[in-house]
This record gives sequence, C-alpha cells and structure tokens, in this order.
Amino acid sequence: MENISVFRGERLVLDRVGFTLDAGDALLLTGPNGAGKSTLLRVLAGLRKPEGGHVLWAGVDALADRSQHAGRVAYLGHQDALKLGLTLRENLTLAARASGGNPDLCMKSLNISGLADLPARMLSAGQKRRAALARVLLAQAPLWLLDEPSLGLDINTMGLLGTLFAAHRQAGGIVIATTHVPLPLPNARTLALPGLNESDIPQPMEDFPEDDLL
Amino acid sequence: MKFQIPSLIMAILERDLRLALRHGADTLGAVLFFILAGALFPLALGPSPELLRRMAPGIVWVCALLAALLPLDRLFGAELEDGSLDQLLMTGLPASLIALAKMMAHWLTTGLPLLLAAGPLAIMLGMPSGSMVVLLTGLFLGTLILSLIGGMAASVVLGARRGGVLLPLLVLPLTTPALIFGAAALDAAQTGLSWGPDLELLGAFLAAAIPLCALAAGAGLRAAVE
Repeated sequence: MENISVFRGERLVLDRVGFTLDAGDALLLTGPNGAGKSTLLRVLAGLRKPEGGHVLWAGVDALADRSQHAGRVAYLGHQDALKLGLTLRENLTLAARASGGNPDLCMKSLNISGLADLPARMLSAGQKRRAALARVLLAQAPLWLLDEPSLGLDINTMGLLGTLFAAHRQAGGIVIATTHVPLPLPNARTLALPGLNESDIPQPMEDFPEDDLL
Repeated sequence: MKFQIPSLIMAILERDLRLALRHGADTLGAVLFFILAGALFPLALGPSPELLRRMAPGIVWVCALLAALLPLDRLFGAELEDGSLDQLLMTGLPASLIALAKMMAHWLTTGLPLLLAAGPLAIMLGMPSGSMVVLLTGLFLGTLILSLIGGMAASVVLGARRGGVLLPLLVLPLTTPALIFGAAALDAAQTGLSWGPDLELLGAFLAAAIPLCALAAGAGLRAAVE
C-alpha cells in the first residue's frame, strides 16, 4: 500500500497515505469523523478506485483484477447488509456459496446459532452486527477490513471478537479496522488520519457543480 | 477462484425469489397494476368490441411496459441502501454478472407474472384466440428486453436523487423498438400477414441487449458504490 490519494467529490480526503503490513499484523485506523477512514477501507476493499497511488498485494497491483482481490478480502461496512425478510442462515447463504465456508460454524463462533432461523428483522442491532461479523468469518479471506466492528456489541462479544482476531492473526491473517473505541487487538499499529482543518474545507461556491443528477 | 459462477448467480436468484415471496404484496403490485390499467381502457374508450379488439395488442403491450417499470427503482436501490451491494461485489462475481442475475430476478418476479396475466387481459379485451400465441411469444421476448433495459437504467440512476423520476424517462424511449416490433407482429397476425419477421427482430434486439445491458449495468453498479 503506498501513497493513496482519494478525492471525495471536490474534496481531497486522503492525501498520500501509505503503510505496509505483514502477515499477522493488525492496523487500527483512527481519526476524527470525516477523516476518510471508511473511504480508505473501501479503497483497500477494491470498492472504489484511488485517484492516485496503488494498493499492492505481495508486490502486485491488487486492484488490477478486482474480482480476484475480492476473494482475498472480507469487508464489513457501516451497515450490516442483512435482508430483513430473510432468516439469518438465508442471509449468509450467498457468502457461503462464494467462499465455500460453513455458515453454521461461523454463527456458532459468534454465539448466534440459536438465532439462525429467525428473520433478521427480529434481531437487535448488536445481534445484526454479530451476523455481519459471522459473514466476515465465512469469507475465509486473509485480509479483514472492518468498519467499526464494535458497533453495538456487548462486552462478552467484544471478548469473543478478541479471540477471533487472535486466531485470524495466528493463522497469518491481517486485520485493518477503523474504530473510535479500543478494540481487542494487542500489538496493533495505529494510523491516525489527520482529517482536515476547518480552513481547508472549500466553501461551497455559487456556481459549484451539482454532482447529482437533477 | 473459490467459487463457480453459475452457482453464485443461482444463489442471487434464489435469494431474490425468496425475498419476493416474503414480500408478496410488492410482487403482486405490478401485476395488479397491469390488470387494472388494462381494465380502464374499456371504460374510457367505450364498450365497442370492434374498437377494443383492434386496440388490444397496443393496450396489452403499453400496460406491460408501464407495469414492469414499477419495481425497477427498488431493484438495485434496496441493495445500495442496506449495504448489500457492497457485499454482492465482494463475492468476487464480476459486476456485470451481478447485474445480469438481478435482471433475471426482475424478470422472474415481474416479467413472468405479467406474461401469465397478459392472456386473461387479452381475452377480456376480445382479442381473437388465434393471435394469442403471437402475443405471448412477443411478450415473452418483450418482458425480457424490459428487464434488461430497465435494469441497466436502474443501475445508471442508482444513487442519483429522484432516480425514480428519471427512470421512466430513460427506459421508455429505449424500449420503443420492442414495443413497435411486438405490436407490429400482433397486427400482422390479426390481418393474416406473416408475423415471423417482427418476432425475429424482437429476438435480435434481445440478443443484442443481453451483453450490452449487462456490461452497462455492471459499470453503473461499480460507479454507484464509489
């Protein structure tokens, strides 16, 4: 990963950010709201292209073949991406089909096996987050990109998350997470994104082009 | 690659069909709209059987076109809003195939029910049973084209404000060739002319739409998650 620059609209959110991680490493992305933490994760996931710089995986440009890169990455977004009308197991079917993983095992490791046949609309926010984390496990990918994984989790689940992180890193996996609260990731490196000074934010001009249609 | 592309496409189809069954009211909405809109014509035009019989092909086609538009803005909109679109792209399936799978799902949940409802509607309007085969064959191809072009337009306006308003403005002009050929085939059948060429043109239009719409829609999905 080197020198990532990303514009969001007309605004530069990430200015030449760079880091290198080895197998088993963990990186915490911190910084004020709007500093570009989530944007950086989406670039690493291959969901958006950086305006400048490269994402390198083992020395090769990772974003050249985004389908292949998707197989290396498990991405947890802000949203849990659960279909409320489907049961938990049905929600995980697609990810299981993509990776060949076992959804029941993953639900068990996050203590939600008992909820497997409930429709997602009946779950609490924390339970939905756990389901989304189960999908991360299910992907069986070496690189975990987690956008505030602790959102809505109780203390027990945080402990559980710690063991899952440790097991993943033990097996040579990499964890990159954005967070505002301490996560159970011992020896994790921290990358503080500075965010922008108030004065750097361009004021909207009268003839500012609308980036949406209509 | 860890997965088989067909099995992943099947998984997306299964998921969408299951959702369509769970939210049955949404699914039925388009079909009910189709039947109701078609039933309005006799009321507005007067009950002259001759007039209705002559207008039946056009009525069925236009109503099907409009009804298929109804669920389009949710096709990708719902996926974008709850973050599922990110997860779909992270399965590693190329974006154009994801779009194609969703378009197939749209056809199975909207096009196919419309096709089933078209027969009764045509009979109600007094269309001779002889041209029923032409109507259903034409509509079969036509609804597929609608799903493809509609899905492409839906992915293009994805994330735009008031995409729902923009959608018909994009879809309807693009589907006019299908409407022309489909209605022309029916006209030919009713007047005893050969209707084969019109349906073949419809088929050619469909064959061109499959790759082009899938590719354009895939690019639209990629742009929407940026």
